[in-house]
Amino acid sequence: MLAFIIRRLLQAIVVMLTVALIAFTLFRFVGDPVNQMVGIETSAEERAQLRQDLGLNDPVVFQFVRFIGNAARLNFGSSYQFKTPVIDLIADRLPATLELAFVSALFSLLVGIPMGVYTALHQRSILSNVFLAASLIGISLPTFLIGILLIFLFPVTLHILPSFGRGDVVHIGFWSTGLLTASGLKALVLPAVTLGLFQMTLIMRLVRGEMLEVLRTDYIKFARARGLSDRAVNFGHALKNTLVPVMTIAGLQLGSIIAFALITESVFQWPGMGLLFLRAVQNVDIPIMSAYLLLVALIFVIINLTVDLLYAVVDPRIRIDARTA
Amino acid sequence: MKLRAFALALALAVATTLPASAVTFRFAFQGDLKSLDPYSLNETFTHGMLGNVYEGLTKRDKDLKIIPGLATSWEQVEPTRWRFHLRKGVKFQNGEDFTADDVVFSAERSFKPASDIKTRIQPAGTKAMKVDDYTVDFVLPSPNPILPYEWDTWYILSKKWAEANGSVEPQPQAGQQQSYAALHANGTGPFIITEHQAGVKTVFKPNPNWWGKPEHNFDEVIFTTISNDATRVAALLSGDVDYADPIPLQDVERVNASANAHVLQGPELRTIFLGFDQYRDELKYSNVKGKNPFKDVRVRKAFYLAIDENAIVDKVMRKAAVASALMISPLLFPLAKDFTRPATDPAEAKKLLTEAGYPNGFEVTMDCPNDRYVNDEAICQAVTAMLARVGIKINLLAQPKAKYFAKILVSGGYDTSFYLLGWTPGSFDSWNILANMYRCRDEKGAGGNNNVGNYCNPKVEELTKEVLVEADTAKRDKMIEEAYKIGQEQDWGYIPLHQQALAWGASKKMKIVQRADNQILFYWFRKE
Repeated sequence: MLAFIIRRLLQAIVVMLTVALIAFTLFRFVGDPVNQMVGIETSAEERAQLRQDLGLNDPVVFQFVRFIGNAARLNFGSSYQFKTPVIDLIADRLPATLELAFVSALFSLLVGIPMGVYTALHQRSILSNVFLAASLIGISLPTFLIGILLIFLFPVTLHILPSFGRGDVVHIGFWSTGLLTASGLKALVLPAVTLGLFQMTLIMRLVRGEMLEVLRTDYIKFARARGLSDRAVNFGHALKNTLVPVMTIAGLQLGSIIAFALITESVFQWPGMGLLFLRAVQNVDIPIMSAYLLLVALIFVIINLTVDLLYAVVDPRIRIDARTA
Repeated sequence: MKLRAFALALALAVATTLPASAVTFRFAFQGDLKSLDPYSLNETFTHGMLGNVYEGLTKRDKDLKIIPGLATSWEQVEPTRWRFHLRKGVKFQNGEDFTADDVVFSAERSFKPASDIKTRIQPAGTKAMKVDDYTVDFVLPSPNPILPYEWDTWYILSKKWAEANGSVEPQPQAGQQQSYAALHANGTGPFIITEHQAGVKTVFKPNPNWWGKPEHNFDEVIFTTISNDATRVAALLSGDVDYADPIPLQDVERVNASANAHVLQGPELRTIFLGFDQYRDELKYSNVKGKNPFKDVRVRKAFYLAIDENAIVDKVMRKAAVASALMISPLLFPLAKDFTRPATDPAEAKKLLTEAGYPNGFEVTMDCPNDRYVNDEAICQAVTAMLARVGIKINLLAQPKAKYFAKILVSGGYDTSFYLLGWTPGSFDSWNILANMYRCRDEKGAGGNNNVGNYCNPKVEELTKEVLVEADTAKRDKMIEEAYKIGQEQDWGYIPLHQQALAWGASKKMKIVQRADNQILFYWFRKE
């Protein structure tokens, strides 16, 4: 088991290095950061000096090695735009993104699972068809469009719920939370729904499919033959067995919710990491971009690692594999 | 009697416990307030925002006229010595007195390597000297009749405060250390910054000890960046913000049709123009080899005549722009009315191109930003179509500003053949235009640093030098006029297109003062 973990960790390091290298190569094509840092009247000599000071004139390999060296010590440098250490900026924005991600994951589970169960049990009912049709919207409409439509519907037309931002936040140590204030909770509704809609439809369809599968199995027939109530059969036996793959998918999706929150964050001006990253791209703020990409890679690596380890715990075949390898 | 006292007490209690009348002004802008250090970024939005907190020796009023700020009066003792008399009894927001030491300190700070406003005090080598606590002399190496023109955005910092907080120098652009002055402000102005989260929000409270008389009625001002256009408009329409800037042109009608908000449009000072590479012997991006067609004045004039600017104003800009014959806004140059744009004339353009030896036109690549100016890419597309009518084939390269500026400006080696750019003279004076756009430059940008295509005429060069030192306004204006006549009507050095309009969205409850330089100075705003 230990060898398995160590091997996985080594692989994770390779992944992180690869992400860093790809990101670093891409930055060469984003544009010149110096132009974004100074006014238009700044002279050529000053610009040249600034390039020199930032180390932008060094060979890319040098820059990369320097970056990795610093990153290993958690030093990502200072943002070009804000002249603030990147690690502080990210720490400042991380709570907003994580809160949004968890709330929308929760939303997608709490709404998606019951809807999936309902559509599986009542296949022909009108409501099921409505759910299924609506889920097509969730799957096919892009996130930013859903966000804009929700903004148009609720804040602009109906004048309920705020159109942007995070509302009032409460600081608990280094963590800032919007979950404890009325305006913070209100501000969370639309972004969380926007971000969670896709996952919700995914989970709903997954639960429905699994549930239909399970309901056809022999042990459900036996359960019914034993004269158990519908409730006990549907929820006690069928749903329980459905949830294993659902939990796996939901766990893996959490990573992508965090990583792809940036579109939702930009639509709702949600002050999270994604928005910070998007603005950094527009302003060629390389320190923020590289730190963000590494962080997202790290989140994915951790989630995948956890899932792998859980699999190994759950599924003996993988363990045997690992031992022989 | 008892009842009255009770009523009074009740009223007092209500008044003290319920500040229900507290007026909060919320507004949104597309960009971030990146630094609170007024010396670290020479940019309109930053200057405007910090202009609510900091003050210069001079200020500009609602019509951009220069008025006294921290200096009450000034005079030229001799052509190379200006004397400024400082306002007495002014205090910085941390309680320190404002004196001549702060002015001398701020002048020196503006010259520091990390300062982005090194050109505020011109010419180079000018010295600020303390005469007494409330008098400062500026000694110039050569005369400069427009010395204080840009001083409304040269903000005075407290010497003691900067020294105590390690902010004697502006934060170096490449610095790793966080500067105190980048996150904290200590001005003399009408507002105090009480909370600043870079890139997210900034909270202002009125300065109770401000020396002036407040025109605003705010108890609190909250600024938020909203970079997404649709969200910004939605925030205004839903009433979540009282003011949003800018409103995209396609949303202007929708905002005006709404019950609670409207768009204030007014002329902006920035001129959008096209420029040619007139320097290289062979264009970098063209099918004409061995020579540079833009060196021929007939070709430049043909391009000018082929472009229907009125159509651009009507269709692309939806009338939210004013066609311009000059590279400077008519608001900034009194003799601008003597200049008119020649009528569009494709036939004449075709004739000129034939005379110049291009009867079938030629191909050239045009560089264009796509996220910098209002509808910039659409303007370039219109220009492409119009030039096609006279046989010129434009290959349009529209890019985000980060890529675009890196290519065409000095840092990219002026790597362009034909480009679109916008320019606002920071001093609101023509000398800035002449010096940046009409002065010859060398390959490293010495001279007319932003003269991308290197338009160069020794006569204009000469006039530019004279304009810099001429103190007689009427004579000076005549010289500027002559320079523009040569640069535009004789040499066709640039194709000025238009001044775009400002489009500020505001709640109907707001009284807004819109200044043409697009600075957001909310100490003039009111909310009913």
